[in-house]
Amino acid sequence: MSTTTSTAPGVGRDDLARLAEHWAEPRSLRAWLTTVDHKKIGRRYLVTAAFFFVLAGLSALVMRTQLARPESGVVSPQEYNQLFTMHGTAMIFLFATPMLFGFGNFLVPLMIGSRDMAFPRLNAFGYWVFLFAGLFMWASLPFGAAPNNGWFAYAPLNQVQHNPGLHMDVYALGLLFLGISTTAGAINFIVTALKLRAPGMSLNRVPLFVWAIVATAFMVVFALPALNADNAMLFFDRRFGTHFFDPSGGGNVLLWQHLFWIFGHPDVYIIVLPALGIVSAVLPAFTRRGVVAYSLIVLSIVAIAIISFGVWVHHMFATGLPQLSYSFFSAASTVITIPSGIQIFAWLATMLLGRLVLRVPLLFVIGFVVTFVLGGVTGAMFAVTAFDQQVTDSYFVVAHFHYVLIGGAVFPMLAGIYYWLPKITGRMYHEGLGRWAFWLAFTGMHVTFFPMHLTGLFGMPRRVYTYRSEPGWDGWSLVSTVGSYLLALGLLLVLVGVVHAVRRGRPAPADPWEGDSLEWSTASPPEPYNFPVIPRVHSLHPTWDARTVESTTTGATADRVLSEGRRTLFTSELDARTERAVEMPEPSFKPLVLAGALLVFFTAMLLAAYPIAVLAVLVVAATIAAWLWPSRRPDEELGLAS
Amino acid sequence: MKTTAQTTSRPARRQRRPRTMLPLLYGLLLLAGCSGGSPSALNPAGTGAARVSGLWWLLFWISMAVFAEVMALLAWALVFRRGAARVRHGQPLRFVTIAGAGLPFIILVAVYGVGLRDLAALGAGPGRDAVTVEVTGHKWWWEVRYAGASGATANEIHIPVGERVRVRLRTDDVLHSFWVPQLMPKTDLIAGETRETWLEARRDGSYRGQCAEYCGTQHAHMAFLVVAEPRADFDAWLARLDAPARAPRTEAERGGQQTFVQGTCAACHTVRGTGAQGQVGPDLSNVGSRWSIGAGAVPNDAGHLGGWIANSQTVKPGNAMPPQPVDAARLPDLIAYLRSLG
Repeated sequence: MSTTTSTAPGVGRDDLARLAEHWAEPRSLRAWLTTVDHKKIGRRYLVTAAFFFVLAGLSALVMRTQLARPESGVVSPQEYNQLFTMHGTAMIFLFATPMLFGFGNFLVPLMIGSRDMAFPRLNAFGYWVFLFAGLFMWASLPFGAAPNNGWFAYAPLNQVQHNPGLHMDVYALGLLFLGISTTAGAINFIVTALKLRAPGMSLNRVPLFVWAIVATAFMVVFALPALNADNAMLFFDRRFGTHFFDPSGGGNVLLWQHLFWIFGHPDVYIIVLPALGIVSAVLPAFTRRGVVAYSLIVLSIVAIAIISFGVWVHHMFATGLPQLSYSFFSAASTVITIPSGIQIFAWLATMLLGRLVLRVPLLFVIGFVVTFVLGGVTGAMFAVTAFDQQVTDSYFVVAHFHYVLIGGAVFPMLAGIYYWLPKITGRMYHEGLGRWAFWLAFTGMHVTFFPMHLTGLFGMPRRVYTYRSEPGWDGWSLVSTVGSYLLALGLLLVLVGVVHAVRRGRPAPADPWEGDSLEWSTASPPEPYNFPVIPRVHSLHPTWDARTVESTTTGATADRVLSEGRRTLFTSELDARTERAVEMPEPSFKPLVLAGALLVFFTAMLLAAYPIAVLAVLVVAATIAAWLWPSRRPDEELGLAS
Repeated sequence: MKTTAQTTSRPARRQRRPRTMLPLLYGLLLLAGCSGGSPSALNPAGTGAARVSGLWWLLFWISMAVFAEVMALLAWALVFRRGAARVRHGQPLRFVTIAGAGLPFIILVAVYGVGLRDLAALGAGPGRDAVTVEVTGHKWWWEVRYAGASGATANEIHIPVGERVRVRLRTDDVLHSFWVPQLMPKTDLIAGETRETWLEARRDGSYRGQCAEYCGTQHAHMAFLVVAEPRADFDAWLARLDAPARAPRTEAERGGQQTFVQGTCAACHTVRGTGAQGQVGPDLSNVGSRWSIGAGAVPNDAGHLGGWIANSQTVKPGNAMPPQPVDAARLPDLIAYLRSLG
């Protein structure tokens, strides 16, 4: 743990003592289960998502081992199909999004100069639901009942007559359960970023990472209902005999695909946008200047968020829809590459003008640019319908989206982990270990996935548990498998590096990188109340700005110390003018109880124990009622004098 | 490669001695493994695939140019801006808009135009009197019928060379996708609906196709072969598809036929001209001449056929055929009979 920050002039010892008292969380099991601190919750998201990443990665290694040689028998087809389904489902839903939510949870309040998220208890609830939903889904694997229909779960293979057993019930219920967490988190990010920004942080001074998180949160709010509707209908089809997706009963199998991809395509950007935000956040520290073209990047973030809702049919170019619709969706899918191009060139310009400091985070950013551009150009190829019809559902697609998702999301995440590790843990990482991890992961990534472009063009379909020795398939598949072990080794070294830092790392100063955003003005790791004085923001780079530094160290005023209670500051949405102080909630068991009751509900639904499900609903209702029961002082007591 | 079969690009010519086709076809597949040919989209043999192949090389060279541009800028930064003496300020907005949006926009509009042209070309189907193949997807094999013909075969589509052949696609169960990389891009088989595509081979030969849409346990083993042959050979083949299956000639074949028709085989399989009229599994009237067993799972030879009959679940777990309690003494006859069909 850190030593306390030195008392700044203008902040009395009494103020600090009171702040510490109001925000204190004693070390005990009770505190562990009731905490609502966004930093702890963010850390938990990161650790839990990393845990699911390891499980999904191990699934991938088993698959690659099976595919190293033609017609090998490492796993049975049934096992393989569960493995690739869980690999995809977990990587998308249990790793990528939650990992970025973890970064968001830890960083957004710190970056905008707030003491917590807008709804800290909802935040804790979101985490518990994520944890339980993830365990709910993974627990099915040892029983041989894991989802087995691909992460896209197409109808009618997802129907009970084609797919008996619990596999797809686990999928539908697991994703519905998880969706509660994602929605709660998204709403929290939106309100937090709109209402809790430090005075002076008008919209044109919001860090790009926060912009990306907010755009993502809006996308979640609009995209997720389509997936939830899909899964609710699927569950009804399977369990209660409806026919939404069953053509023999008048249902339509393409309805599943439309709804799935109306969610699924924006979801690609839900994963990539925050990761691009990390790149924009990391670059200033290692180029020693602000990112070029701030407003163009904001514009491109917003453009991606909007256009991504108009491209879903490019996942359905082989389904035989009318050509006119293909030409529309082809155009939209083509256009969406332009905002990504703007960001890439803005970062290149930043590097061309700045002074490069080649530490591990910047290495991963460079690895990201190389990989993401390759994934991007193949992405533009997929927008061309005639070409898509040839390579879709082949290994070319597998190559493409791993370039996008590993290059465009995992590498930025790794850059972010090394960059913020000092802030999160209070310890510095080992540079040499980090460099080894980078070079292994980068090489492994390309050795694994580059050959898949070729096997795809050579006619190898994806999602096959085995293959005959066709020309070009077996040799390149073996290369891919070798690469996957390298990649795994690199990622293992990242883990070793984190553990090493936590155990042995030298203590980190508040600002080891001379970063430009507000999290670097807090202690490493930050105090429970984040900021002794809520800063006043005057520019895009507040910690490089003498006026902000001065305002937090010397110019503190009573309204921004707020040591009278567990309080933070509400500001106006556009220009962040101080409105009033708000009381933040105390730690509480209710989020855990509510999430637990939901776990009971979904498990009971899965096992068709409907009476227990009804009981669980009653507990859910009672907990929500208790949660919302008015118990606080009226808000006007907290109004600021000035 | 282990094959000893002679190499030729014309595997399916000699209809008079159909048994010789087998090693020929299978040998071709294996041999193509050495020559780097077989099912590659970059080695097109059909009109549709050739168009997509041209599109691919256009996209490839444009992509390489874009990638090279970005790498050059990155390399410049790494070489000259590493530990640079001073940071340059300023906002090169013009650079970002031109390089990041303007140039890509122009390139993308051009590519989009070419793409639409090729999409239209792929959509231009055959004329009204074209040969029409009706392909039905099953878990996990392909049922193949011809409009105007009553017979059926499985996992093997014969087409006349140089003609645009209509392919009508249906599925009996889940989604599948019809893909012959060397001839034509994919078209999905949508449950409850009919889709159409076409095939036009520019040179004769056999081309591997495979289901491309995940369709359950044995998605991996759902391949098929398109055999393109001169019109006369095709006509002869099609005529034989309507005729009753070849009658048994030897004692063993007769015994095998008896086992087939009176045993459980006939409950699921048809052999034209016999009492076996089952509709569940593939029509076996010409099974002896097919390139593989189990939709590409194993080669079509006596050993694999026997293994398949005894317990196909060890070869292709999850397929619809249960292990058959065929008397060990009768199995050789049954194999001989099936091998004689075609």
